[in-house]
Amino acid sequence: MFLALIIVVIEMNASFSAEYDYINISNPFLNKIPIAVPFFRPMAEGSAEKKMAREASDLLSETLEFTGFFKILNRGAFLEEPSEKGIVASRINFRNWRTVGAELLITGGILIHNDKVDMEFRLFDTFKEKLVIGKRYKGSPDDMRQMVRRFAREIIYRLTGNIGIFESKIAFVSSSSGTKELYICDFDGYNPKKITQKSNMTFAPAWSSDGRYLAFTSYARGRPDLFIKNLSGKRGAVINFQGVNLTPSWVPGKFELAASLSFSGDQEIYLLTGTGKIIKRLTNQWDIDVSPSFSPDGKKMAFVSRRSGSPQIHVMDMSSGNVKRITFQGYYNTSPSWSPVDDKIVYVGMINNEINIYMIEEKGGVAIQLTQQSGDNEFPTWSPDGSLITFSSTREGKSRIYVMTAFGTDQRRLLTMPGEQSSPRWSPAEIKD
Amino acid sequence: MRKKNWIRLLVLLVIPGMLFTVSCRKKTPAPSAPEPAIVEEAPMIDTSAEDEARARAQALEEERLAEEAARGSFVSEKVYFEFDSSVIDAAAQSILRSKAEWLQNNREATIIIEGHCDERGTNDYNLALGDRRANSVKTYLADLGIAPSRMTTISYGEERLADPTDHSKNRRAQFVIE
Repeated sequence: MFLALIIVVIEMNASFSAEYDYINISNPFLNKIPIAVPFFRPMAEGSAEKKMAREASDLLSETLEFTGFFKILNRGAFLEEPSEKGIVASRINFRNWRTVGAELLITGGILIHNDKVDMEFRLFDTFKEKLVIGKRYKGSPDDMRQMVRRFAREIIYRLTGNIGIFESKIAFVSSSSGTKELYICDFDGYNPKKITQKSNMTFAPAWSSDGRYLAFTSYARGRPDLFIKNLSGKRGAVINFQGVNLTPSWVPGKFELAASLSFSGDQEIYLLTGTGKIIKRLTNQWDIDVSPSFSPDGKKMAFVSRRSGSPQIHVMDMSSGNVKRITFQGYYNTSPSWSPVDDKIVYVGMINNEINIYMIEEKGGVAIQLTQQSGDNEFPTWSPDGSLITFSSTREGKSRIYVMTAFGTDQRRLLTMPGEQSSPRWSPAEIKD
Repeated sequence: MRKKNWIRLLVLLVIPGMLFTVSCRKKTPAPSAPEPAIVEEAPMIDTSAEDEARARAQALEEERLAEEAARGSFVSEKVYFEFDSSVIDAAAQSILRSKAEWLQNNREATIIIEGHCDERGTNDYNLALGDRRANSVKTYLADLGIAPSRMTTISYGEERLADPTDHSKNRRAQFVIE
């Protein structure tokens, strides 16, 4: 009894010492934090400053909105203009901000001098009427995007303890050039860059844990081979066994990956080194085994198997080799993606010819449907902090890449390019050079 | 037959003989050469050789056309599957039997068996299913006596639809002669 009391007291102390309790972990997206991001203040009279001040404040709003944690308040309702009055605490009337419903307020200042830009940002708690974070960044005008993202990262880190997604990237397949090639864009869909040439057809990119390698299937040599490409141009590897070489997925924290190879005459999942050597065979059942995805600690692997008669999601315990089936609803469940932070698995289910994204916990149970009545929805993949899911959808006709929160809310298109886009895969939070 | 040969002999002797006399006359006013004792018939144009050649050519042409047709249908005739299945059903079996026959008659031919899917379902799973279909066909043909080394398989999943409006036309294996 006494012991129990002490524990409770300690718990309570812990919660008091957490400075800001803004983000509700159980469903952060239902109670979005209302935040005000008024136009930033040009710290000199130049038109370049004025233009950048607008762009930066819009960019920061969009970036924060992308996370799904915030409700960005309408500037038209604001009662004061920090861009005129001033951006430091002493110049702010916090009451004016509480009145319009803001719990958080961001002010910024831009100064351009000698081709260098100086940006300062402040995040205020309008109720406590104090500064939460203040940062200053210097760089070239071309770095504006990066500076804004840095500050967004600071904000998210303060509020969730996680560095968030702002430095991550998304690999995807697009037929813009006439054939399905591999591209990489920023987490918010900006700056897509083509990274394969004359690949003929490309599928299923997968990022290594350090973000330095991408594994993918390509018909560049006329057959479905598995390529392991080093993104800084260093030597990679090719896995080109007879049959199909498909669906790579890296083991978290290791230079190893699992893939489905059919050189033995049956599609089985193998463990390979990052240089393409087979370490061992993981599945041992006749019939299709494909699409592996590892748990965050690498100790378990979800995959698709038809061993029970129809394609279903199974989970293998890597040390014992035991396999259990976890999907029991519907006759077609494929493409699992294990959350990088917990035991949730998203996958694609086909029921009555409708293809949608579902979520289930590793221990099994009821599946939650995340998309409905909006075309075919495939290729779900998690953001590195487990808060967002990107996927492809044909709801607008052509296949496009979409993003939604982990709860299925806020579904919106990530980018549009000529042709069709599919097969997105979110990188780790940071990509090492 | 004998008569024909006799006529042939006649022709062979007479026509050169005539030519000889003609040429002789042109050169010098020759004294009348002794006439051959054989009766000169009106020269018959013997087309029998041509007839034979033509008949032979026609037969060859017919054979060639038949081969082309067989080759053509080897490539154009596809084998179809049920949804999410790589099972060779009765219809597929009979098609594959005639393919095996062609392969027995064309011992040098090597082929590629392509596995395809309809566009329902996911790309990754369909690549595996296409692979399974191609292998299923290869195994069946091997069981009918075709050497496995003559057959390569490849899967295209749902990437090369034969008919965007009819799923059943896409769940197929098709053949390419290398």
